[in-house]
Amino acid sequence: MSNPESLLAPGHRACAGCGPAIAIRQILEVAGRNTIVVEATGCMEVTTTPYPQTAWKIPWLHVAFENAAAAASGVEAAYKALRAKGAIPEDKKPNIIALAGDGGTFDIGIQALSGMLERGHKVLYVCYDNEAYMNTGIQRSSATPLGAATTTSPAGKVIPGKMTRKKPIAMIAAAHDIPYVATASIAYPADLKMKVKKALSVDGPSFLHVFAPCPTGWRFGTEQTVELARLAVETGVFVLYEITDENPLKPIITKRLKDRKPVEEYLKIQGRFRHLFKPEKKQDIIDQIQQEIDRKCKLFGVDE
Amino acid sequence: MMQIVKGNEAAAIAAKLAKPDVVAAYPITPSTDFPEKMSEYVANGELPYTQFLPVESEHSAMSACVGAAAVGARVCTATSSQGLELMHEILFIASGMRLPIVLYNANRALSAPINIWCDQQDSFSARDTGWIQFYGENNQEALDLMLMSFKVAEDPRVLLPAMTCIDAFICTHTFEPVDIPSQEEVDAFLPPYKPNHVKLDPDEPMTLGPFGVPEYYQEMRYAQHLAMRSAEKVIDEVFEDFEKRFGRRYRKIDPYKTDDAEIILITIGSLSGTTKEFIDRLREEGKKIGMVKITVLRPFPFKEILPVIKNAKVVATLEKNISMGYGGAVYAELAGVLINEEKRPALIDFILGLGGRDVTFKELNEVVGICEELKAGKKMERPVWIGVKKELIS
Repeated sequence: MSNPESLLAPGHRACAGCGPAIAIRQILEVAGRNTIVVEATGCMEVTTTPYPQTAWKIPWLHVAFENAAAAASGVEAAYKALRAKGAIPEDKKPNIIALAGDGGTFDIGIQALSGMLERGHKVLYVCYDNEAYMNTGIQRSSATPLGAATTTSPAGKVIPGKMTRKKPIAMIAAAHDIPYVATASIAYPADLKMKVKKALSVDGPSFLHVFAPCPTGWRFGTEQTVELARLAVETGVFVLYEITDENPLKPIITKRLKDRKPVEEYLKIQGRFRHLFKPEKKQDIIDQIQQEIDRKCKLFGVDE
Repeated sequence: MMQIVKGNEAAAIAAKLAKPDVVAAYPITPSTDFPEKMSEYVANGELPYTQFLPVESEHSAMSACVGAAAVGARVCTATSSQGLELMHEILFIASGMRLPIVLYNANRALSAPINIWCDQQDSFSARDTGWIQFYGENNQEALDLMLMSFKVAEDPRVLLPAMTCIDAFICTHTFEPVDIPSQEEVDAFLPPYKPNHVKLDPDEPMTLGPFGVPEYYQEMRYAQHLAMRSAEKVIDEVFEDFEKRFGRRYRKIDPYKTDDAEIILITIGSLSGTTKEFIDRLREEGKKIGMVKITVLRPFPFKEILPVIKNAKVVATLEKNISMGYGGAVYAELAGVLINEEKRPALIDFILGLGGRDVTFKELNEVVGICEELKAGKKMERPVWIGVKKELIS
């Protein structure tokens, strides 16, 4: 670790091996103390602030589930107004980071997110994506991948898990024609930190989609979180890219793959895909998942 | 300075005079003039420091207000009906976090069926959200109550959000002469807002909006209730200060010809004007009738209203709201006021004027006729619906 003191203090109640907790620590190492976090309801909100304790060493605001972007808009506007009228120094410009899970971003919060991006607030919106509503007990979200079993897309006798694609949230954010959009993974901290730095430096809204595995919800060993995150990139499940003002809407791949691994390697070590292998292998669904990835990797130009 | 303005503009002028740091609003009929006016003031440089956020929904309007207020900014918004309902979730959060946000609401009926005209179901549905509620009778009251609501809400003894409600179209779109105070007068009345209880400042990190476990939650609600209680006193102080400075008198309730009244009608909002005239007519006929206008619904003015109504023979609430399966909301409030009194009047609720249905002397005559029967000892079922066209109901 480059920064020995984490701004997210130890002692929070996140599960062992929590991917989102790792993501937040990595982000704050770049953002530093001069930062305000506005967080949506979700795992990282509930586990970090049981009153009268808090794990946050920086100013932190939670309002509700679907409105982190709107609340952050208000924070940013208030700072602008207070600076303009001289109530606070002109150079007091903290980083403002809105933080939400995939539920708070892909689903219930997407309207507020779209509004914030369109209005041009200087806020970095970070989505930590653990691919389901983990806080309420592993229900599917529109970030849940094809084939995954959750408690509301169970592996049934007729329907084997979630049968729809994952929403391309970073491309949706980029379609708002904002200065900076990127995807990042906790398995590639240098890449992630570089992207946080760029996102915080633009004059306007930025969006970061961070892939953050959840051992509890995906059902894998708590020591495998980073390995899973790396495997997601190496198999092409999660593509690392950025979209800048110079090339609007054109993703620049930041991690190209020489020998992309088959998705089966990624699927078979997670309990949420177990039904694709046992009692008998569902090759058709595994093939479908692979085809979807091949299609996406071709579209993005991931393969070297 | 006297100016002829619509109710919406009167409210917007009040907000402008309060010089808010952030206004986040989403237009909705019939309060749309408010965000239009605020954006105009900002665009013309009349509010040089104000940030106007044209958000994408009422939910985001209140959410952005909460974010800005958490920084310590003076914040206001406006809405009506469906918009207030969309905000509903965040109304509780604004009060729970003790953020003195000011809201202007045009009282409009709720869907379904969709209807843009006046009743008070919208803000009555927000009665228990922990917001202070003022109800204005006319455009002057819209301006005055809006101005005063900033001062009450931001008082360190209160720190609760406050809404000022006026009746859709009857006030919002009606031009009336309004006495508009000067900026200097308002600046002297309303000091800058400098909160200590909330801030989002990296130099003094604070965690706002944490998870409240059962060991603490109830105390937080209790503290909010105490703040409402202390608002009772602060409202009186602000009303008095306002009267001294601007010469217009406000009270939480306004009794009218109640001293010897056997029948007392209870009103909220624009209906009060019509009812006063009606009472004058009946008084000429020698009828002992009076009226009480409620201006402050939360905190509820228990101690003010009890001595005024307890010696009457019949107290009748005129309700532009309906709690289906119960009756009028004000009836329930007054039942709570009277229940522990040994001698108490008969109490009855009249549901009328929903969805913009006019309430005229004809309807009020019907109300008083029933009150007379009640006074004579007749028992009757309540609530009583006035003006329902029974032939339309199959």
